[in-house]
Amino acid sequence: MANWIPLWLHKLSSPPVFYGFAGKLRPWAIALALILGVAALYGGLVLAPPDYQQGDDYRIIFIHVPCAWMSLFIYGVMGIAAFIALVWRIKLAEVVAMASAPIGASFTFITLVTGSLWGERMWGTWWTWDARLTSELVLLFLYLGVIGLYHSFEDRRQGARTAAFLALIGIVNVPIVHFSVNWWNTLHQGSTIRLLGPSSIAPSMIWPLLTMMAATKCYYVASLFGRTRTDLLALESGKDWVRHIAENEVAR
Amino acid sequence: MSVASLQSFFAMGGYAAYVWPAYGVFFIVLLIDWLAPQFRRRRVLRELRARMARQDARKDRASRNSTAAT
Amino acid sequence: MAVLRRDLTLAWRQRGDMVLPVLYALIVTSLFPFALGPEDALLRRIAGGVVLVTMLLAMLLALDAMFRSDIEDGSLEQLMLAPQPLALMLGMKILAHWLATAVPLIVIAPLLAGMLHLPSPVIPVLLLALLLATPLLSLVGGVLVALTAGTRRSGMLLALMLLPLCVPVVIFAAGALAAAQEGLPWIAPIAWLGAALVMAVVLAPLACAAALRIALDS
Repeated sequence: MANWIPLWLHKLSSPPVFYGFAGKLRPWAIALALILGVAALYGGLVLAPPDYQQGDDYRIIFIHVPCAWMSLFIYGVMGIAAFIALVWRIKLAEVVAMASAPIGASFTFITLVTGSLWGERMWGTWWTWDARLTSELVLLFLYLGVIGLYHSFEDRRQGARTAAFLALIGIVNVPIVHFSVNWWNTLHQGSTIRLLGPSSIAPSMIWPLLTMMAATKCYYVASLFGRTRTDLLALESGKDWVRHIAENEVAR
Repeated sequence: MSVASLQSFFAMGGYAAYVWPAYGVFFIVLLIDWLAPQFRRRRVLRELRARMARQDARKDRASRNSTAAT
Repeated sequence: MAVLRRDLTLAWRQRGDMVLPVLYALIVTSLFPFALGPEDALLRRIAGGVVLVTMLLAMLLALDAMFRSDIEDGSLEQLMLAPQPLALMLGMKILAHWLATAVPLIVIAPLLAGMLHLPSPVIPVLLLALLLATPLLSLVGGVLVALTAGTRRSGMLLALMLLPLCVPVVIFAAGALAAAQEGLPWIAPIAWLGAALVMAVVLAPLACAAALRIALDS
């Protein structure tokens, strides 16, 4: 019935087809990311009024929250790709998992830095051993572990599969860490810091946030495609289709 | 937009030292993330072309030698 | 069983290697009073945590060597081809490694705790926590060592990979100690550690076998 979907996916997982597909889609994704990003920045930095409690400082939220979201989302994508790579041994899934890791690490790093800058004013300290912050830090270490393991192998594909296994272990680990740090906090701290107050957010603040989330997602797609294309070229450098690309590129 | 309002925009209600570095980090990190694979791509293709040129040269030499022998 | 006996015999022949982590733990622990000052109250407060973290670091030091000699002399590949289930034999190897490195550390743990004036009623809790936490670290570490089996340099990478995974272990072990020190019930965190250990005993050898097959398959 809907036979064409698996067929199409199967075709797409062949490196040259995906290379072309990603190349066609990438400019659109980055253009959309830029348009949405500019709109969100204008809405967040100019149109949205200052918060009655936090003043203008809360404007960091417009990048902090989308990045935090992305750091988890990308780990999820990486985990799914890693699972597919290990179970079905699809080369494209390995490449997607490994290309996601540095992007996710970037977003995690941004989340930590912007969160610290925000916390410096709000809590009077740039770091606190809150469950969310600690989990985010652990997430960064997981990303770095995956990247490090991947690059320590001579053979790219073997490195990718091994690092994919580590990524899967990490997926189990993140909720455990979050739970244990929560438990640890109730043991040590009398009162925990409220990250976001219960105050309802005005619509003029919510739409730039949502737009920025869409923008970061588009950016992720564009960046992922860019990295995947490069990795595919490097991985398949002996094949004819890569040679064609190399020849055409020099002609231009 | 007048100069005064632009100034107050950059001052961020006294939080400029926190807001702008946060946005700066955001853009710099993403820019690096964007440019790194582009450079890598160029390097990969350059190396591939060099390898292809070497292979062609070897093939050329081999065919020339074989014609010289006959 | 034969694997266990062989590994233990090998470890016994290399007694010097067994002493090294113990010495390391002793040195690290004795550095803390120099750095923080010899006040009784302060040392008593940090004693549990310091002993735990020292044990963890000492185990990390020895972890790298878990499969190294077996990879170098090719006996690990023979194990992979053997008819017995690989997971079981790797479990035995991890057990042997734990007996050879962690047990000596647990034996000197009361001495280290005493040096830092940990109150003596807490010491049984410390031993119990270590008895549950160290095999957990060995098992998790075994999986990670298997992942790095195909690489040349792995020391720092192993630490980076183990850190996120050992955070919960440290939290619960230290939580039990802190609770015991304040006279609160410490059963809950110990029970969590025990549950995690049971899970790890079942799953880690399987994961270790899978990781080894991925890392050495070429």
